[in-house]
Order: sequence, then structure tokens, then C-alpha cells
Amino acid sequence: MYEIVDKKDLNAENTMLKVKAPQIASSCKAGQFIIVRANEKAERIPLTIADWDSKEGWIQIIFQKVGASTYELADYNKGDKLMDFVGPLGLPTHAEGAGKTVVIGGGLGIAIATPVARAYKQAGNHVDVIIGARNSELLILEKELDKIADNLYICTDDGSKGREGFVTEQLEELIKGGAEYKTCFTVGPPIMMMFVAKITEKYDLKTVVSLNSIMLDGTGMCGACRVSIGGEIKLACVDGPDFDGHLVDWENLMHRLTAYKDEEREAMEEYQKKNECCNEKKDGA
Amino acid sequence: MANATERPKRKPRSMIIRTKLPMPTQHPEDRAKNFNEVPYGYNEAEAMFEAQRCLQCKNQPCVKGCPVEVPIRDFIILITERKFMEAASLIKTKNGLPAITGRVCPQETQCEARCTLGRRYEPVAIGNLERFVADYARDHDEEVAEIPPKTGKKVAIVGAGPAGLTCASDLALKGHDISIFEALHKPGGVLIYGIPEFRLPKDTVKYEIDYVKKLGVEVNTNFIVGRNKTVGELLKEYDAVFIGSGAGAPRLLKLSGINLVNVYSANEYLTRVNLMKAYLFPDYKTPVKIGKNVVTIGAGNVAMDSARTAKRLGAENSIIIYRRSRKECPARAEEVHHAEEEEVEFRFLTNPVRIIGDELGKVRAVECLEYELGEPDESGRAKPIPIPGSEHLIECDVVIIAVGNDPNPLIPMTTPELETTKWGTIVTETATGKTSMKQVYAGGDISTGAATVIAAMGAGKIAAKSIHKEIMGISDDDDSKVSLTPGTFKKER
Ligand SMILES: Cc1cc2nc3c(=O)[nH]c(=O)nc-3n(C[C@H](O)[C@H](O)[C@H](O)COP(=O)(O)OP(=O)(O)OC[C@H]3O[C@@H](n4cnc5c(N)ncnc54)[C@H](O)[C@@H]3O)c2cc1C
Ligand SMILES: Cc1cc2nc3c(=O)[nH]c(=O)nc-3n(C[C@H](O)[C@H](O)[C@H](O)COP(=O)(O)OP(=O)(O)OC[C@H]3O[C@@H](n4cnc5c(N)ncnc54)[C@H](O)[C@@H]3O)c2cc1C
Ligand code: SF4
Ligand code: SF4
Ligand code: FES
Repeated sequence: MYEIVDKKDLNAENTMLKVKAPQIASSCKAGQFIIVRANEKAERIPLTIADWDSKEGWIQIIFQKVGASTYELADYNKGDKLMDFVGPLGLPTHAEGAGKTVVIGGGLGIAIATPVARAYKQAGNHVDVIIGARNSELLILEKELDKIADNLYICTDDGSKGREGFVTEQLEELIKGGAEYKTCFTVGPPIMMMFVAKITEKYDLKTVVSLNSIMLDGTGMCGACRVSIGGEIKLACVDGPDFDGHLVDWENLMHRLTAYKDEEREAMEEYQKKNECCNEKKDGA
Repeated sequence: MANATERPKRKPRSMIIRTKLPMPTQHPEDRAKNFNEVPYGYNEAEAMFEAQRCLQCKNQPCVKGCPVEVPIRDFIILITERKFMEAASLIKTKNGLPAITGRVCPQETQCEARCTLGRRYEPVAIGNLERFVADYARDHDEEVAEIPPKTGKKVAIVGAGPAGLTCASDLALKGHDISIFEALHKPGGVLIYGIPEFRLPKDTVKYEIDYVKKLGVEVNTNFIVGRNKTVGELLKEYDAVFIGSGAGAPRLLKLSGINLVNVYSANEYLTRVNLMKAYLFPDYKTPVKIGKNVVTIGAGNVAMDSARTAKRLGAENSIIIYRRSRKECPARAEEVHHAEEEEVEFRFLTNPVRIIGDELGKVRAVECLEYELGEPDESGRAKPIPIPGSEHLIECDVVIIAVGNDPNPLIPMTTPELETTKWGTIVTETATGKTSMKQVYAGGDISTGAATVIAAMGAGKIAAKSIHKEIMGISDDDDSKVSLTPGTFKKER
């Protein structure tokens, strides 16, 4: 069992958990992820390691409530125990010799981009960071990134903070303005990553994307997470999650992410039903 | 076990019962809708009846057919004497997991293939008897074997499949401290994530694993060797390491459309259903796609398990396509038979050429070619030759690829000192399980390629013996003569 030593709701959609897992904390690197199975009946969900402390032996994860499993995970509190917590999985992000780098995080992807930005910085590269969200309320880790980044650019869809518009517009402006990046790293919704990759391809800018295909075991055993990279099949959990953004078959990735749409809806309805009945019980008591 | 080895006289011909006593099974129509075990197993009277069929041969050819040399004749004699507990402990001297092997061994190519009775009639139902004895012992509180005083030596075991579990319990029985490191959240390997409940109840597997734990073996789940710690790092804390990491990497066909939505590897499909209990969705949270028309490609055990699982999940049509004929199916005979009874449809001499999807990227059909059998190829099996113009579509909404598994690459990848073959298997000395790395042993599917449960157990036993000798500094004596036959590299198609 793995104890939750800290919890914070960052905003209405995003939650942070700190979990005691010394074994993982002592062997993980930026870009790797864990898989959590909260209880006997829960799914195995992959979540990126957002931060860690090998001395204190904890791992931090930040996740967005998107469906039944993430809503359920957000119901856990400090002091509660998670049944299974395994990692580090995947290959670390390769930050050495990247040169001048721009790191782009969209939505919850900001949480994943943070340790990576730090790793690029620690490897001695100049690092600019662009983050984007629907509105200022949903922006996370701004302070942390401000410390890491040489320049931090903020975009919101509604203009409630920073630039009004998408991260892609900010990126193109910087490139056109002569930023001369050698590497671009991006993580966020696939559609955003796809558009980032489309822009950087025009400018021949090497682009690393962190893919979030549906996973099960995370050890290369099941093939669920397979993605098509330059016509070849790769497993995101062992060959990735980082891949060359210009070689990804985005349409296929997005299709595969919809595989369980109907089941996800059913699971969410089930979750809501359970919660209502529990709340009623609580109210009645 | 008193007079078990005293050999009674051969039976007169007139007493011979020619056919096996069949095990009572759930009716095909019922069982195709549930995940309960298919055969019920013998009761005491049935077991004693079947045991009486054994001729109690002096030379015991059956034993030579068993990769771990279970004393078959002698445990059968004990059954005829109603000494079921004694029979169980006798089996356990050679085979630590009889409730499992009794259920999943391909007996028809192993012990039963060599049975004297089988030359003219049906062989003794050795597997069924082994299963009966093991289940009986379980239901009657079998005692845990006595553990000798601790030696103070420590051994790390990578992977909690049959190879790792067997190696662990054999070493624990020698007084060593054993720690298993398992990547998944439950121990058991293929027994827990691959082979379905209806063939191998997970309670049975759990019981066997609890037994191993009772021997003092420490089982660490959620621990990935190569990531949390490397083999080299383990060697700093342990006197030896055994690698039983299995052949868990799915072989995917190079077919166009392989990445369409609802195209599964058998591993994914079976793991969702067995390990994650997707058949209880949404109570259990992991989903699996319930297809109306499910096509499984391949005809080994893995394919049978997938196609029969699909049927149980509610598929109207569960179709197996296989490019050779029924005779060449690599699956256990019983599985093919059960699949047929459950109305799994077989399209023999048929092979996919591509998988076709709809505009949403979901699988819609498999395009196939028909074949005819030609001359035997290098494997000795008739080579299938495509018939020109025989292209046709099989409409479907789920496709399962079950054409075999490759060795798990993680350990070789993170342990450069380990010598591997071009198939990615770890090179081991068959008689000892030794690898190219000092103090490191390996066995089971990781060294043979996908094989069988009992072969993996046999390899675990061999390694346990050599590990014991090495860490205790015992030189080779005649007790080291090893006559176990390891599994062979077998393709599932
Ligand atoms: C390597 C990796 C790292 C990730 N890191 C983070 C992270 O740090 N924070 C975060 O919020 N999310 C992260 N994700 C995504 C996260 O795993 C999914 O949001 C989560 O599994 C959704 O589960 P659900 O039941 O709540 O939602 P559901 O309703 O089941 O699904 C919502 C959507 O999430 C995706 N999804 C569903 N199941 C899985 C699964 N088993 N594996 C991956 N994606 C799935 C699908 O696109 C689906 O449409 C990561 C995914 C991967 C593969
Ligand atoms: C669906 C299916 C049906 C089958 N049916 C039969 C049958 O009827 N009869 C039969 O005899 N055989 C059958 N087999 C084959 C048989 O199950 C295998 O040959 C046998 O399980 C091999 O045992 P093993 O211990 O070598 O490996 P496995 O059972 O594969 O166990 C390996 C274990 O190691 C773990 N592991 C891997 N890498 C690491 C790592 N880096 N760190 C920690 N742990 C790790 C894995 O998670 C796994 O638990 C079947 C196989 C499948 C897939
Ligand atoms: S272990 Fe398998 S091969 Fe050996 S006797 Fe038992 S059923 Fe037969
Ligand atoms: S070969 Fe057959 S008949 Fe002879 S001892 Fe073995 S099981 Fe009995
Ligand atoms: S998640 Fe199973 S192979 Fe990647």
C-alpha cells in the first residue's frame, strides 16, 4: 500500500497528490511515469511523475479529472492509501545537448512539461517555456515554471491571463522573431501537439512530443499503447512516451484514444450514481 | 508412501478398461455464458475408478514423458489405496503446482503420450488424476512442508510466473531467504493474466501462491527489475539472481490496419478480462470491447482462450482463422475440443491479408485469402499455399491477434552483460540454468521462447538446484544428473 502524504486541489479540474514511494523516488527521472491502481476494482491509470524527492521518498502526480477513474482518484485524501503504485515507467526525456529549447505545455500537459523543462535546464540548455490553458483559473505551476524558464510565455483561450490565443501562435511568433530554437518539447492534448508539430515542421525544428496513448500494464506486455511512428509500430510505454513529433500518425493516435468512449460514459454514470446515493446517505445520517 | 514402490503384478488383459473416464463438465450452452471452470473434476470414486485403469508398468514410460518426472505410477497406486494426501505429497516432491499442471499441461504430448495403455486404448487420464489429488489436498488442509534451518543465503527471483515460483519454493525448502520481484500488481505470470478463469480458476492460482508464501518466500509486486533496480544492483544484495521474466511481448502481425481501434493483441484482451476483471465492468473499472463478431487470428492455446473469452463476453460469432488445418493446431487437444463445443467457428486454411477500418478508425472487416496444403516445410508441417483469387471479407468489430509472444526485452536491454539469442531469449546452459553472467540464472519462457507451464517449472527446478550448489559451495555429484527436458521454441501459428 502506498500512502498519500499530501493532497491539493489546484483548481476545479486538477488535483495534486504526493505519494510515499521511496523505491520509485530513488530511481526515477524526468519524463517517466507511474501507474496507479487505487483499489481492487480500479483501473490502472498512467500518470506522469510531476516531481519527486529521493530523500523524503515521495512522488508527486498532478492529474485532470476527465472520467470515472480520475474522479475517483481525486476523492482520495491525505492519509489514505493507494493499493498499487508502480514505476518509473517509460524512457526518461533526453535533455543532454538539446541546445536552445522551447518547452510547450497545454492544459494538464503543463504538469508534465515542468519536470522536463527543469531537466533541459539542468542539462545546461537555454529554456523558454510556453504554457496555455482555457482560462487563468486552469493555469497551473506558473510560479515553479517562472523559476525554471529563461522566458515564460502564458496564453489563455479567453485572454484572462497572458496572451489571448493558442500556444501555437506564441510559438510561431517566437520562431519568426529569430529565437533559433534547436529543440522543441511539447505535451498536452494530441490536437495541440499535432499543430505544434505542423508548425515546427515548416521551420525544420526538431520536436519531441510526449504521447498519452491508452495503457494497461505499462511494461510492454499488452500492446495497448501502440502508436504509429514513421510507419512503424512502437509501444509508448517502453519505447516512449517521447517520440519525434514529425513522425507521429496523429489521426491514428486520436482514433485509438476514443476506443472506449461508450464504456467511459457508462463508467461515469455509474460513478455519479454511486456518489449521489452516498451523498444522500450522508445527508440523511 | 509406505509400499508405493512395491510393484504389484501386471493386470490380466480382461480387466483393462479401454476408455478414459471423462470428467463431468458444464454443459457447453451454459458455460459459453459464464466464466466458471469448465470441467468439475473427478470425485473420489471417479478418481479411484480411473486410477484402477493404470497397468502399473515396471518401466513407467509415462514418467519419462513428464518434464519434471512426476512419479506417476506411484501416486496413482496411492489413489487406488485411497491415500490421497500421501499421493499429493508424493507429487509435490517433483511438482510444486499440481493443481495447475493437472489443468493446463498438454498431457496428450507429454505424460499421457507415453502411457502404455495408450498404445492400444486411451491412456490413463494422468492430468485429471493429478488435478484431483491436488484439489483434494487443498480441501483437506495439507500441511506446509518443513523448512530446514536458515542458511543465511539470499536469492532474488525476477518474475512470479511458474518458473520463478518454482525456483523460489525449491530454494526456500533448502533454507535460503528468497525474495521475488514481480512487475505486475499480482503474482502468477501468465497463470494470472493470461489463462482465463474458466480454464484455471484464479482461486487455485492464489492458493498455490499462498503456499509459496507460507514457505517464507517474500513476494514484492509492483517492482520492475531493470527500472527500480537492475540485475547488477540486485547482485549486490543477493547471493544469486534467477530470471524468470517470461515471454510477455506480443508478436503483432505486419498487416495494414493492425493499429485500428478494437484490434487487440491477445495479451491485452486477456489481461483486461483476467487480471483486471473487465467481464465485471462497470463494477470493476477496466473496460473491454464486447464485439458482436470477433475474429481471432491463430490457433494456439492463446487463440483458443481469446475466442472462448469473446464468446463468454457475449459475442454472437467468435471466429478463429488459421492458415493450416485442424490437425496442425498448436493448442491442447482439449481446448480445441471445448472451443468447438462452445460453437467457436473455425476457418482453417485461411489467413488475413489486411484489416479494414471505417471512417472513425474502427475495425470493420478482415480480408482473407484461402490456402491449400503443400509439401512439408522446415518445421515438418505441410506448408500452406495461397489460392489465387480466393480473397474474401469477414465482417467483424473486434480482432484479436494471437500469433505468439516474444521474450520480454526489458531485462536483456538493461543488463548488457547477459548474452541473448537473435530471438531475444537469454542464453542459458540447459543442464544448470546458468547464464553468461556470474551468479545469474534464467529459465522458463525467457530462455526458451513461449513454451509450457511445466517446462517453465522444470527450468525453475534445475536452476534452484544449481543455485543451491553454487551458493553452498557444493561440488557436482551424481545427484546433478539432470534429465529434465526444457521446452522448445514453438511458434503459435
Ligand atoms: C504516459 C502517460 C502519462 C500521463 N500523464 C498524465 C498526467 O500526468 N496527468 C493527467 O491528468 N493525465 C495523464 N495521462 C492521461 C491519464 O492517464 C488519463 O486521463 C486517465 O487514464 C483517464 O482515466 P479516466 O477513467 O478518468 O477517464 P476515462 O473516462 O476513462 O477516459 C478519458 C480519456 O482519457 C484517456 N484514457 C482512458 N483510459 C486511459 C488509460 N488507461 N491510459 C491512458 N489514457 C487513458 C482516453 O483518451 C479517454 O478518452 C497520461 C497518460 C499517459 C499514457
Ligand atoms: C493465454 C495463454 C495460454 C496458455 N495456455 C497454456 C496451457 O494451457 N498449458 C501450458 O502448459 N502452457 C500454456 N501457456 C504458456 C505458459 O503459460 C508459459 O509457457 C508459462 O507461463 C511460462 O512461465 P514463465 O514463468 O517463464 O513466465 P510467465 O508466466 O510469463 O511469468 C513471467 C513473470 O515475470 C514478470 N516480469 C517480466 N519482466 C519483469 C521484470 N523486468 N521485473 C519483474 N517482473 C517481470 C511478468 O510480469 C510475469 O509475471 C499459455 C500462455 C498464454 C499466454
Ligand atoms: S506435470 Fe504435466 S506432464 Fe507431468 S505428470 Fe503432471 S500433467 Fe503430466
Ligand atoms: S504408462 Fe500408463 S499404465 Fe503404465 S504406469 Fe504409467 S500411467 Fe500407468
Ligand atoms: S501499456 Fe501494455 S504494452 Fe504499453
